[in-house]
Amino acid sequence: MEAAMDLMRRISPNHTETALSALLTLLPQHSSDLLSQVDQPLQVLCDVESGKEFILCEYNRDADSYRSPWSNKYHPPLEDGPLPSADLRKLEVEANDIFAIYRDQYYEGGISSVYMWEDGNEGFVACFLIKKDGSQTGHGRRGNLQEGAWDAIHVIEVGVEEEGMAHYCLTSTVMLSLTTSDKSSGTFNLSGSIRRQMNLDLSVADGHLCNMGRMIEEMESKLRNSLDQCSPDYLSVDMATFPSRESSYNTGCNYYDDCEDV
Amino acid sequence: MSDEDDLQQPEPTPKQKKEIAKWFLANAPPGEIHYIAKDIQSIIADEDTYHSAVSEAYPLYNKAHMISLELPNRTGDVLITTFGEIDETEYLDPRTCQVATVNHVKQVCTNVRPATDEELPSSYIEEFRGTLDAELVKYVAETYPKGICSVYCINGKDTEGLGADFEFVVVISAARHSPQNFCNGSWRSIWNVEFKDDLQVVELRGKLQVDAHYFEEGNVQLDASHECKDSTIFQSPEDSALSIINMIRHHENEYMASLEGSYSNLPDTTFKDLRRKLPVTRTLFPWHNTLQFSLTRDITKELGIENGYLAIADGKNAQGNIGEAWILFVDPDDIGEGRQEKLFYRGLD
Repeated sequence: MEAAMDLMRRISPNHTETALSALLTLLPQHSSDLLSQVDQPLQVLCDVESGKEFILCEYNRDADSYRSPWSNKYHPPLEDGPLPSADLRKLEVEANDIFAIYRDQYYEGGISSVYMWEDGNEGFVACFLIKKDGSQTGHGRRGNLQEGAWDAIHVIEVGVEEEGMAHYCLTSTVMLSLTTSDKSSGTFNLSGSIRRQMNLDLSVADGHLCNMGRMIEEMESKLRNSLDQCSPDYLSVDMATFPSRESSYNTGCNYYDDCEDV
Repeated sequence: MSDEDDLQQPEPTPKQKKEIAKWFLANAPPGEIHYIAKDIQSIIADEDTYHSAVSEAYPLYNKAHMISLELPNRTGDVLITTFGEIDETEYLDPRTCQVATVNHVKQVCTNVRPATDEELPSSYIEEFRGTLDAELVKYVAETYPKGICSVYCINGKDTEGLGADFEFVVVISAARHSPQNFCNGSWRSIWNVEFKDDLQVVELRGKLQVDAHYFEEGNVQLDASHECKDSTIFQSPEDSALSIINMIRHHENEYMASLEGSYSNLPDTTFKDLRRKLPVTRTLFPWHNTLQFSLTRDITKELGIENGYLAIADGKNAQGNIGEAWILFVDPDDIGEGRQEKLFYRGLD
């Protein structure tokens, strides 16, 4: 299993699906571990009741059915599929509404879903998912990408409230794939997945949703930053390999300098 | 191997195991085939199958990545390429006129012998090849700190004089493996150089390939390639060599500049179609004040702009207490021409 996960960290993320199916063939006895530990591109289903799409993951799955955050029903229908408690469902509904607005403001399109469930220790876990197709044929407004996919998975474990404080543990994974192509510069493909964790103790005065939202927003900005800047930063190291030219890019670009096209 | 492999199937056959092992080895990132091999060895747990897979996969990987190996007599490095391949384990180094025996799996040269006359080009061709090689070495030394290069004659090596066509391949391979910086990278260029006697031209076709693997807190891989063409007139060996290397320098520099362009465009342009740095409102998302969104919905309905994009951004003044609210209307078909209307000046809390 350890060797299998090492392989997955080395093989190009473009080949994730082939590599996973190969490992499943070699290690049938580890299939459930492989399927849960290897990050795969997010899949989407349409909620028949609301007509809205929702994202599938391990956390809204029971047997072969997936619970929609919009209607709270399993697709395909499943009797006795576990549901969150009434209180938690209320928070889940609110989180889905707010997160859809957040997603629209940052992603200008895409799909989002939030799932929550009680954990064994009286706390709860929330999973925030975003899927964006930024290609020319998808939701790419500027048409820069021949192919472009961004899948984000944020899982937050929220501890029990004690003296007005709660512990939040966020694990975020972003999977990315983009290709640009033109005659003068050839094809350029960047693909990858990165994962990071953040632990905070926060006052619950502002509400769980506010705390979780801020953590996710900060984390997404950091992950985006390391994905988009990793190339120039690392390249300056790598540049020693490549023709030694004066680098023309500016790695110190202003993080919040994003104003040219509101 | 196909994607439709039955997930429930029992033990795979040795043949399946071998094919899968070869696939992983062939797709190893630059400089990482040994790690992949170690993982595969422990996963398939079948030494015979493993050895048969590595003995087939390594030669293909070594040639595809054009790795360089030090000659045992310290006279230089030999590149493992299809152009210099005499047989499975013997590779020609045209510069030193030597043939190296190679152990593919260990990635070392085990022996070296002088090349035979049949393996080397005629003296007429060698004059063109050697002069071009000398210019290439100068160019590579000044541009690639760890670059290894070679010039092979792949067609017409026995041409004795004017009146016949011949073809060279110019190869540059540079690799950098720095696990301490969590990245491995490689640059490869292959230039086909055709000397056409009848037309008195020299035609160039280049294929440039850049691969990089960053593995700090994840697995990010870059894969870029570019093809280009150029031509010049057939001249003396010295003049041909100079103009060929000038063309190669020009195209490689130009490609490098466009790659840097691609990089510098990533944060601001390319990535924006995936995720913006800041919301369309240009301020961080107002998590502390999500009540406003029910207000947004009401305004949207009232203004009848449900097709548009509406957002409320709030900000605090210098004293940090009085809120100021902005209503922002963005037409989705005309993004970039957003219309802002300051509707009211009061706190939303």
